[in-house]
Amino acid sequence: MSGAMQDWKSQKKPFAAVATAPIFWLGLFFIAPMTIVWLYSFGQNAGPADIDISGTLDNYKRATEWLYLSIFLKSLAVAALTTLICLIVGFPVAMAITFAAPKWRPWLLLGVMLPFWTNLLIRTYALMALMGTNGFMNKGLGGLWDGASWLWVLLGMQPLEAWTPVQLLYNNFAVVLGLVYVHLPFMVLPLYSALDRLDKSLIEASLDLGAGHFKTFMKIVVPLAAPGIFAGVMITLVPALGAYLTPDLMGGTDSQMIANVIERQFKRANDWPFGAALSFLLIYAMFILIALQSMRSNKVKEAR
Amino acid sequence: MTETNQPIIQIRNVSKRFGKVTAVDNISLDIRAGEFFVLLGPSGCGKTTLLRMIAGFEMPTEGQIIIDGQDMSLVPPNKRPVNMVFQSYAVFPHMNVTDNVGYGLRISGISKAETRDRVAEALELVKLGGFEDRMPDQMSGGQRQRVALARSLVMRPKVLLLDEPLSALDAKLRAQMQFELADLQDKVGITFVTVTHDQDEALSMASRVAVINKGEVAQLAPPSDLYEYPANRFVADFVGSVNIFEGTLTLDEPDKAAVDCPGLGKIYLNHGVTGPHGANVWIALRPEKIYLHVAGKGKAVRAAAQDAPDGHNLARGTIKGMSYLGDVTLYDIQLEGGQIIRVSRPNLSRHDQEDFTWDDKVSMHWRADSPVVLLS
Repeated sequence: MSGAMQDWKSQKKPFAAVATAPIFWLGLFFIAPMTIVWLYSFGQNAGPADIDISGTLDNYKRATEWLYLSIFLKSLAVAALTTLICLIVGFPVAMAITFAAPKWRPWLLLGVMLPFWTNLLIRTYALMALMGTNGFMNKGLGGLWDGASWLWVLLGMQPLEAWTPVQLLYNNFAVVLGLVYVHLPFMVLPLYSALDRLDKSLIEASLDLGAGHFKTFMKIVVPLAAPGIFAGVMITLVPALGAYLTPDLMGGTDSQMIANVIERQFKRANDWPFGAALSFLLIYAMFILIALQSMRSNKVKEAR
Repeated sequence: MTETNQPIIQIRNVSKRFGKVTAVDNISLDIRAGEFFVLLGPSGCGKTTLLRMIAGFEMPTEGQIIIDGQDMSLVPPNKRPVNMVFQSYAVFPHMNVTDNVGYGLRISGISKAETRDRVAEALELVKLGGFEDRMPDQMSGGQRQRVALARSLVMRPKVLLLDEPLSALDAKLRAQMQFELADLQDKVGITFVTVTHDQDEALSMASRVAVINKGEVAQLAPPSDLYEYPANRFVADFVGSVNIFEGTLTLDEPDKAAVDCPGLGKIYLNHGVTGPHGANVWIALRPEKIYLHVAGKGKAVRAAAQDAPDGHNLARGTIKGMSYLGDVTLYDIQLEGGQIIRVSRPNLSRHDQEDFTWDDKVSMHWRADSPVVLLS
C-alpha cells in the first residue's frame, strides 16, 4: 500500500497518463449524473418536465415516513436473508471446489461463473418457467404425487385426490429464491479465493492436535476465511438490497422492494425529486455498510 | 538415550497406491521407543507418504500400522498418540504464540492453569521464552519452527513426526537446529520420526536411518553403517559421494577377496564377501579413502603393498578437475582406462607441500578394508 503511494507521488506524469482517461470517464458518466440526481433530491416538481431545485428537505421527510421506511427495512431483511442463505449454501460449494482434484477445479469454477454469461432477464424468466404452476417443479412434484397415489391404490387404499399445483411464484419465497440464485456466484467466488489461499497443512495441523472436523472448521477455517466471508457478504448484500428485476418479475403484490418503489417514482408517479431522495437514502445505507467493512479491515491490519 | 528394544511403531506390509502410482511398496519396519528414526530418500520416494500414514492423513492401501500396540487402521489423525511438525510449520497465523502452543491442550479440555504451565514449559524447552504474545508473521522461519515444535511437544505424544524439519532454514541455522533437535529428543525422551532428503541431516541426527527408494526400504541401519557398509549401489550413491566401478569377483575366501575391475584395476579386500565366484559385482570406494601421490616415485606402490598383494589397490591418472572447499579439496582424476574417479584430500596444512593441480600425473592407493563390494 505505502509503496504504491510513494510511486504515485514520485511518478506523477506516468500516473496522470494512465489515470486521466478513467477519471474522465468516471466524472462524466458516474459523478456528474449522480450529482444531478443528488441535486434533484432537494427539489420539487415545477411542471411535468421541470424540476425546481429549491433546497427543500421535504422529499427526505417523506422518504422517512413509515410507509417507505417499512419497505426499506423489509428490503434490508430480504437482502440479509438472501445473503445468509448464500453464505450457508456457498461455503460448502467453495470448500468443495477448494478440495476438489486440481483437474476438476477450473470446470467447477466455470460452473459457478457460467450464469454470468447469460442475461439476468433470461435467467430470471428461465427460473420462472421452472417454478410456474405448469413448470417443471410442479410437474415433478405432481409426478411424485401420482406415484404415491398409485402406491396407495396398490396397498388397497383409496387413491389420493388430484394434484393441485403449488403456488411457487409471485410471493416473498420466490423473491428470496430468485435473489439467492442470482447472487450465489458473488458469494462463492470471494469465499473460494479466501479458502484457496488457506494453507491446507493448517487444517491437518489442527486435526493432528486433536481437534475434530467441526472444531477445526470453527477455529481455523472460518477465522482464516473471514476476509472472504466479509467480502462475500458485502458483495451479495449491497446488490441484493438494490434488487429491482427479481422482485418485479417474481414477487407478488406484497413483495416489492425499495428499488421497485424508486422505479415507480421515476416512471408512473413522475416524481423525480422524491425518487432521487429515496435513491440517496439507499446509497447512504450502502455507504454505511461499506464504511463498516473498511473500518473492520483497518482494525485487522492494525492488530497484525 | 532412553532407547529400548520395544517397537513403538510397527509397520506391517504397508503399501499405498494413488491410482496407478505406487508411492509405498510393501514396507515393513519397526521403530523402537525413544529412538531418533530418520526416513531418508530422494523426493518422490514415498517417505513423506509413509510419515503421513503414521500421522493418519493417508490410509494405507494395504497393510497395517500399529502404534504402541494398537492397530491404527480405523483411528483418525485427531485420536492418534502422535503429533506432527509440518514442513511449512503450519503455525496458525491468526493466533499468537501462546494460543498456538496451547491449541491442542484447549481442544482436549485441559484446565486453564495446567495449560498455562505446560505452554510455558514447552516454550522454555524450545528457547522461546519471552515470545508469548508474538504473532507468527512477526517471527523468523526458525522461530516459527520452534513454535510448531513446542505446539507438538506440549501434547506429550508418544511419537513426534517431523516432515523435512530443516529444509526451509538457512545453512547455519540448519546445522544449529540439527544439534538442538537431537539434544531435545534426548531431553524429552519422545520417539522422533523425521523425513528428510538431506543425508547430512540424517547422518548427524539419527540413531537409525531407513533409506527409501521407489517406495521400498533400500537399507535400514545406523548412520555409520549406512555410510561404511552400504547394502547396494543406491544407498552407497545416495548417502555421501562415492566412486562405483563394475567388476568380476575373482577370489572369495573367508579372510580375503579380490575383484577385477576393468575401469579401475585389481582390487584386494582383507575380508570375504560371500558372493558367487565369477559374479558381476560393483566396487564402491569413498573419495576420502583414496590416497593421492605424485606419480613415478613409487610411494603408492609401497603404500599399497603394505596390506595387499603386488599390483592391487593401485591406480594412476591425470587430474582433470579440482574444487577447493576450504577443509578439503576435491579432485576429479581421469584414470588410464578413461573413467573419472573422485578423490577428496583434507587440507591438513595451510601451504601444501605436494601442491596438486590440473593435468598433474598422479598415483593413488587405498587400504584393503576401504572398498565395499556391492552385489546389487
